[in-house]
Amino acid sequence: MLSFILRRLASGVVLVAVISFLAFVLLYAGGGDIARRILGENATAETVAKKTEELGLNRPLLAQYGDWVTSAVTGDLGRSWFTGELVSVSVSGRLAVTLSIVLGATIVSAILAVVLGVLAARRGGIIDGAVQFLSLVGFAVPGFLIALFLVLIFAINLGWFKATGYVPITTSATGWIASVTLPVVALSLGAIATVAAQVRGSVIDAMSRDYVRTLRSRGLGMRSVIYKHVLRNAGGPALAVLAVQFVGLLGGAVVVEQIFAIPGMGQLSVRSTTLGDVPVVMGLVIAFAIIVVIVNLLIDLAQAALNPKVRLS
Amino acid sequence: MTAIDVPPAVPIAPVRVSLFRRLVKKPLGVVSALFLVLVAAIAIVGPLIAPQDPNYADIRSVLAGPSGAHLLGTDGSGRDVLSRLLAATQTSVAAALIAVVVAVVLGVVSGLIAGYYQGWFNTVATWVTELNMALPGIVVLLAARAVLGPSVWISMFIFGILLAPAFFRLVYAAVTAVRGELYVDAARVSGLGDGRIIGRHVLAVVRAPIIIQGAIISGIALAIQSGLEFLGLGDVNVPTWGSMLTDGFKNIYKTPVLMIWPSLAIALTCIALTLLANVMRDELERTVSVRRKRRRAVTTATGSIAAVTTSVATGGGEPIEDLDELPVIEGAGVTIHREDARSKATEKVLEIRDLRVGYDQPDGSHIEVVHGVSLDVRTGEVHGLIGESGSGKTQTAFGVLGLLPRGGRVTDGSIRYAGIELADASDRVYAGVRGKRIGYIPQEPMSNLDPSFTIGSQLVEPLRTTLGLSKKDATERSLDLLARVGIPQPKRTFDAYPFEVSGGMAQRVLIAGAVSTDPELIIADEPTTALDVTVQAEVLDLLRDLQAEHHMAMLLVTHNFGVVADLCDRVTVMQNGRFVEQGPVRAIFNDARHPYTRALLDAILDEGPARPALATKGANA
Repeated sequence: MLSFILRRLASGVVLVAVISFLAFVLLYAGGGDIARRILGENATAETVAKKTEELGLNRPLLAQYGDWVTSAVTGDLGRSWFTGELVSVSVSGRLAVTLSIVLGATIVSAILAVVLGVLAARRGGIIDGAVQFLSLVGFAVPGFLIALFLVLIFAINLGWFKATGYVPITTSATGWIASVTLPVVALSLGAIATVAAQVRGSVIDAMSRDYVRTLRSRGLGMRSVIYKHVLRNAGGPALAVLAVQFVGLLGGAVVVEQIFAIPGMGQLSVRSTTLGDVPVVMGLVIAFAIIVVIVNLLIDLAQAALNPKVRLS
Repeated sequence: MTAIDVPPAVPIAPVRVSLFRRLVKKPLGVVSALFLVLVAAIAIVGPLIAPQDPNYADIRSVLAGPSGAHLLGTDGSGRDVLSRLLAATQTSVAAALIAVVVAVVLGVVSGLIAGYYQGWFNTVATWVTELNMALPGIVVLLAARAVLGPSVWISMFIFGILLAPAFFRLVYAAVTAVRGELYVDAARVSGLGDGRIIGRHVLAVVRAPIIIQGAIISGIALAIQSGLEFLGLGDVNVPTWGSMLTDGFKNIYKTPVLMIWPSLAIALTCIALTLLANVMRDELERTVSVRRKRRRAVTTATGSIAAVTTSVATGGGEPIEDLDELPVIEGAGVTIHREDARSKATEKVLEIRDLRVGYDQPDGSHIEVVHGVSLDVRTGEVHGLIGESGSGKTQTAFGVLGLLPRGGRVTDGSIRYAGIELADASDRVYAGVRGKRIGYIPQEPMSNLDPSFTIGSQLVEPLRTTLGLSKKDATERSLDLLARVGIPQPKRTFDAYPFEVSGGMAQRVLIAGAVSTDPELIIADEPTTALDVTVQAEVLDLLRDLQAEHHMAMLLVTHNFGVVADLCDRVTVMQNGRFVEQGPVRAIFNDARHPYTRALLDAILDEGPARPALATKGANA
């Protein structure tokens, strides 16, 4: 078990390292062009050269990457070229906001997807049809469209929630809930659709297994067989889909934060991208990659807990 | 928003039937296809038929309502909404197409190479996929935009690269599967080059799945592209659905209707693409399942004594094909032999009268698989229920247990067990009977144990439920049972998972489970069929011992007269859902009347001469 965790952890570290290298090459290969973009079209060649040197962009790319890595491992991701703020500070300040929305959406979609998927698999008929139809629409319609319409209906027409803004949980718990409800709903719908479809499929599959009949032949009720045995066996594929969905939710958060004016990592990504603030973009890429690696590790652990074959191999 | 989560479960099958032709029969498919054709047409001629210049801003009529001059009104800069919508279709569709084309070309080519030649290319491709999954697609696109500038085309080119694994996985899986097929070997032996083989055999297989995946991917590309434009990361001078949405969102308080048009365009196109993909996939799956079924029927018919496969036996939704492969002697009726001197005259535990079992089909029809079977099982007696696959013997057994597969039910007749009517009874009636007074031993040991739980917990849990034992007592009893059924190290097996023990051990565990509550009746469904020959004899011995020890009645389902001779007191022979002969085991062996019974009897004389006649008959199916 321990070696399983260590192996997954090691592959996660390698993955982050590879991503950091690729991202660095992509972002910094521009060299002199980067300085020109910061200074604007009217800057003289001399000032551009000066700026390039000031930012260290005239040095070999590998040397720059080496410097970046040596400071990154100590937690120093450099400073923003525009605000001078420490990248690590501005990213970590927004981490909690984004995570609270994305993890909230992950939990909400996991729970609802299991409920809907099991319901559809067990009852069949109209409920099954409805769940399948909703899955289809939820999968097809882009999440940001759903977000826009939630704003239009619940914030503007009905006035139940504030359309924009974010209240930290430390300021007011109810205010926080009110401010994250619509974003979480907007993010979750697509994930619920996809995961529910998967849960439905794997529950139907697990229910047709021989051991389900045998367990029932021993006098166990359908309900307890479903909640103990079927769900556990259907859990593996559903978790795998949830892991993929989590990455999708992180991406979705980028757009949703923009719509609801939530000061998270997504908003920072959009702003620093438009400015061309390379150190911030670089820091964000690494932060996103680390989050994904950690969540994948957690999901691997959950898989191991569910499935003895994973655990014992 | 759904970054790169692409459902990989597109069925792969050699489908040569025109998918398109069957598609037009589905209304949902037709509507979706027509809508997409309309979108494509607008994408081509949109800018030409636009009534005004989509970028001309009339500052005097900002946010104007619909009028003769502006059919859909004007936007926040006074531009004509209809013209922009028509012009934007071209950009949006073209941008999504770029992503799809890049993804298809990269994914298919690399999938073909990796699948066909395997090796290092395979490792690299797996790594790239892994990398791809580690970052949300939109973050990668944002990073790219930071250095490459605001261009829809570049963004979509990069997104195409990100989407390529969706096609790679598909093609790779198909190629790996086809590589091993005999006809590909044959093609290679006969001197066909790799290129020809790939073109003829491999591409033909993956063509339909690629089209389906392409429809899904187009929807995703369109969604992401609109999302990027909506964030204001695109080129401001090019009208797109996403940028129109941004304008509508800015004016959401004043003119919310501005948001409706681009939203409808995006949502409807995405839904049409997904619906179309779904309809195509359903059609493809249907074809695959029909083909598989046919192939299975052929192999079993040639492989065993005139085996008849019924799809119903596996709970499938398709109607049964071939039910009358064997010589059914109509009018011969049922031969019931008289009891002989050694028959046990004990009381009846189980009385089945005119039992009918049927399956409700998805199309509303009903297919009957057991047509009126009657038999009695007496205390302490082993009653053999014999017949080939598809004869309805297992269906009869499941009917008694109330555990028929989905859609199946007892439609007529009665099943009386110790005075309780079990025919089509609810779970409430079965509570206290099934698993307590009736035990069940399944056929295939490995698939009948839940792989996620230890063997011990699967014995303890039912004991606690049915007998209300404490955990400690149930554990003790389970360990004793494991020892009784001949498991050398009961504690070790108790703590093991099913995949850690052998098939023979697993079957002993299942027998232990079946007898754990000291039931009066055991229903055993081919308890030795899946085991090695040496283990079979041991398990039969164990069953005989346990039966005598507990004085249990047993309904033994089998296709093997050897097992019947070994264990049974009385026999019912079933064919095609009917019982054709019944009586004490000696009477059947000495004086079999029905030709079918005689055929089965001949079959135990190891591969005897009686076999070919029946086997050829079945193989003609």
